[in-house]
Amino acid sequence: MKKDVPHIGLFIPCYIDQFYPNVAIATLELLEKLGCKVTYPLNQTCCGQPMSNAGFEADSSGTTSKFIRDFAGFDYIVAPSGSCVMHVKEHSPKVDKLHKNQEHVQSNIYELSEFITDVLKVDSIKGSFPHKIGFHASCHGLRGLRLASDSELNEPKFNKTLQLMKDLEGLEVVELTRQDECCGFGGTFAVSEEAISVQMGKDRIADHLDKGVEIIVGGDMSCIMHMQGIATRDKDKVQLMHFAEILNQVIS
Amino acid sequence: MKMSSKASILAAIKGLNMKEKPLPEIPDFVVPHDLLATYTHSLNTNKGTVVSKEELEQLITETAFPKIYSSSPTFDRFTNCQLPQHPADFADLDLAIIEGQFASAENAAIWVDESNLDLRAIPFITAHLVIVIRKENIVGNMHEAYERIGLTKSGFGVFIAGPSKTADIEQSLVIGAHGAMSLRVVIL
Amino acid sequence: MSHPENATVFLKDKARAKWHDDTLWIVRQKRDVTIHQIPEWENLRELASQIKDHTLSKLDFYLEELEKNATANGIKVHWAENAEDHNQIIGKILEEKNCKTIVKSKSILTEECHLNPFLEERGIDVVDTDLGERIIQFLKQPPSHIVMPAIHLKKSDISEIFHEKLHTEKGNLDPVYLTHAARLHLREKFLQAKVAITGVNFAIAETGEFVVCTNEGNADMGVHLADTHIACMGIEKLIPRRKDLGVFLRLLARSATGQSITNYNSHFRSPSPGKELHLILVNNGRTKQLSREKFRNSLKCIRCGACMNTCPIYRRSGGFSYGSTVPGPIGSILSPGLDLKKYSTLPFASTLCGSCTDVCPVKINIHEQLYEWRQEITKAQGASLKGLSMKLANGIFTSPLAYKISGKLMRASLKTLPDSVIYNPLNVWGKGRNLPDLPAESFKDWYKKNRNRA
Repeated sequence: MKKDVPHIGLFIPCYIDQFYPNVAIATLELLEKLGCKVTYPLNQTCCGQPMSNAGFEADSSGTTSKFIRDFAGFDYIVAPSGSCVMHVKEHSPKVDKLHKNQEHVQSNIYELSEFITDVLKVDSIKGSFPHKIGFHASCHGLRGLRLASDSELNEPKFNKTLQLMKDLEGLEVVELTRQDECCGFGGTFAVSEEAISVQMGKDRIADHLDKGVEIIVGGDMSCIMHMQGIATRDKDKVQLMHFAEILNQVIS
Repeated sequence: MKMSSKASILAAIKGLNMKEKPLPEIPDFVVPHDLLATYTHSLNTNKGTVVSKEELEQLITETAFPKIYSSSPTFDRFTNCQLPQHPADFADLDLAIIEGQFASAENAAIWVDESNLDLRAIPFITAHLVIVIRKENIVGNMHEAYERIGLTKSGFGVFIAGPSKTADIEQSLVIGAHGAMSLRVVIL
Repeated sequence: MSHPENATVFLKDKARAKWHDDTLWIVRQKRDVTIHQIPEWENLRELASQIKDHTLSKLDFYLEELEKNATANGIKVHWAENAEDHNQIIGKILEEKNCKTIVKSKSILTEECHLNPFLEERGIDVVDTDLGERIIQFLKQPPSHIVMPAIHLKKSDISEIFHEKLHTEKGNLDPVYLTHAARLHLREKFLQAKVAITGVNFAIAETGEFVVCTNEGNADMGVHLADTHIACMGIEKLIPRRKDLGVFLRLLARSATGQSITNYNSHFRSPSPGKELHLILVNNGRTKQLSREKFRNSLKCIRCGACMNTCPIYRRSGGFSYGSTVPGPIGSILSPGLDLKKYSTLPFASTLCGSCTDVCPVKINIHEQLYEWRQEITKAQGASLKGLSMKLANGIFTSPLAYKISGKLMRASLKTLPDSVIYNPLNVWGKGRNLPDLPAESFKDWYKKNRNRA
């Protein structure tokens, strides 16, 4: 009897769809290489996070309902973004008439690295990546989804994303001065508190540059987009990558 | 007639009909193995020092502490002044020696209450402070300390953990703000 | 009053802003070092959170217990519905005592009630005795941090004002020298004052006593030399049992400054014979906050300031940029409860990074409450330009076609518009950052071309 292979719905945040299709492609290919059956529902638009964080959670029901309908038919929903996944789980308005489907979606939606470690039970990806990197722990993934231990709590150390990269040959992960300070993107904060937002981004990049980092690696393109924008403007000699791109590149 | 503040505050709270949440019991936690060493380390971190009985006696003999008051029987031969009526008259007290009831090793805090203080102001107004404790009265942490205190009634009590200090000027630590400028602890 | 405007001004002095950020980060680091020495740290936070949740759920009961037991101890208990009542009670006591000079140790509550100007209007000389508070009192500034009121000032600022007020040597920046000058100056005040005012860190319902924690010893120097001690507390500062102090005293100083405990933790139960001890229980909006289910547990706060030390926004904008008595993350969830309109920018002065929540010793879900206040504020603001654009965004995201078209338009227009249009000052994003490079096609387009069998 043929075993049922779980069907994964690929959730690609709107700004990745528009500006960083390579990250989406890498996510899709990586999951497929790990033996997953993945479909990208073409009609998906957005999870509603920008509206909710700006205070309009109540007005995002239309977007939320659409999201639920687009993804309810899948066994798992996976996204290369901690902040969008956290939003769907915790800050989407309740849609009473889609109650059962919403529960299913919220219980089965995962950020990419936690899906690979916790559901696929993959310990690490083998390959070679001889580079000096700094890890940017995006806040919503870190303190929202608990993808890694943070510097504030007295708890055993762990990091699901870095775990996947721990056996990459030649990889060096630096220790930052401020291990997990926020980069300053924060959604509409990036424009409503522009001065602080940019200063925070500059400070994060400076921490990495100070340690001789070649590539800043993160799990959320919103943070990366913000820091990349600053790095380009300031002509900083550093690259920024989503870990999906690295893992997809190295995996055989 | 205007409702009294007490009545309006209590009415506002009662009106909420809040569901009671449980009060937890405080469990026992593991305490340091070597209480004396831990206590000494904590006191040093707080910029206080442990001195032996002999060291203190030598210090008093060698240093010019013009005005000394001891309420500790071990050292009361050093007292050279009268307990004043008003604490302000102790403004020029150079050295006070008092007894502490017990001490918490985790943070060096020593419990002192009215039974140890002939005047409440003494440990604060004195220029230099010595507290005498007994080794067997060093407990592991604050939970054990409060267990010792129990529900004893005293009009005033204080945990003293070091000399007075401040870092209000650009985070530079300065010992000796308004209280005693030093704390020495004699552990008998 | 807008936080972003104040923050922008603060950041103009880059060197000073960096110094402020680094200084507060060091305090956060000191906290990290000490908490990692306590294996049961997270248990303690959970216990403290539960004790406070329990207390708030029976606050009326515990307030009456406190009054009963404190009164039996010889403490005169007063109740104040609001700041005005609180100030009047103190004014009356001072009048009865015919007192014209008082000393006061740190009490953010008295700041909240604007006690100093009230008393000064009545010809009473108020001397703030905490060193940081005395410095800002000389400078006529409010505190910029609830635990380190003068954290925004450099040695040179303090040296200058001390030279003016205390006649210290001009240009002498030595903290030991300056602190000693303050010690001598304030000692005079302690010796003269007949009435001393303090705050309250914790009040114990079981025993009818209260605790005041200081490093400097200024609270004690004030009260033990005076004849009358007036202690001011917010009604939420209550805990049920004396032994609960074991939990809270282990958490407070470690969270605040990284010390294992403050130097002095004074337990006041009865006045000294012949003296008076007053305790004022102040509401000033706390019962209103208690009625707000989503924001009620902000009242668990023990005023440690850890959230300020860790907040990347507070560190880069300073306490004054919030315009509220209590600034920073906790201030941003307390203040909108007092005046939604005035403090409407505060819950948005955050990236919701969640660091504050994880350092809070009583586990207040600060970042979640910031999010919830945003929902309240937009509801209250009704239709606005931002609101309409957000509703429009919802419309676009609900319709795949609208999304596709607007996405194409956006990417197309970014490609063809000249830099001067994209990067003009109206485009706030572009002030300090480039826009992302434009890919040739969206992921949707790629997927349709390469994967979609349909």
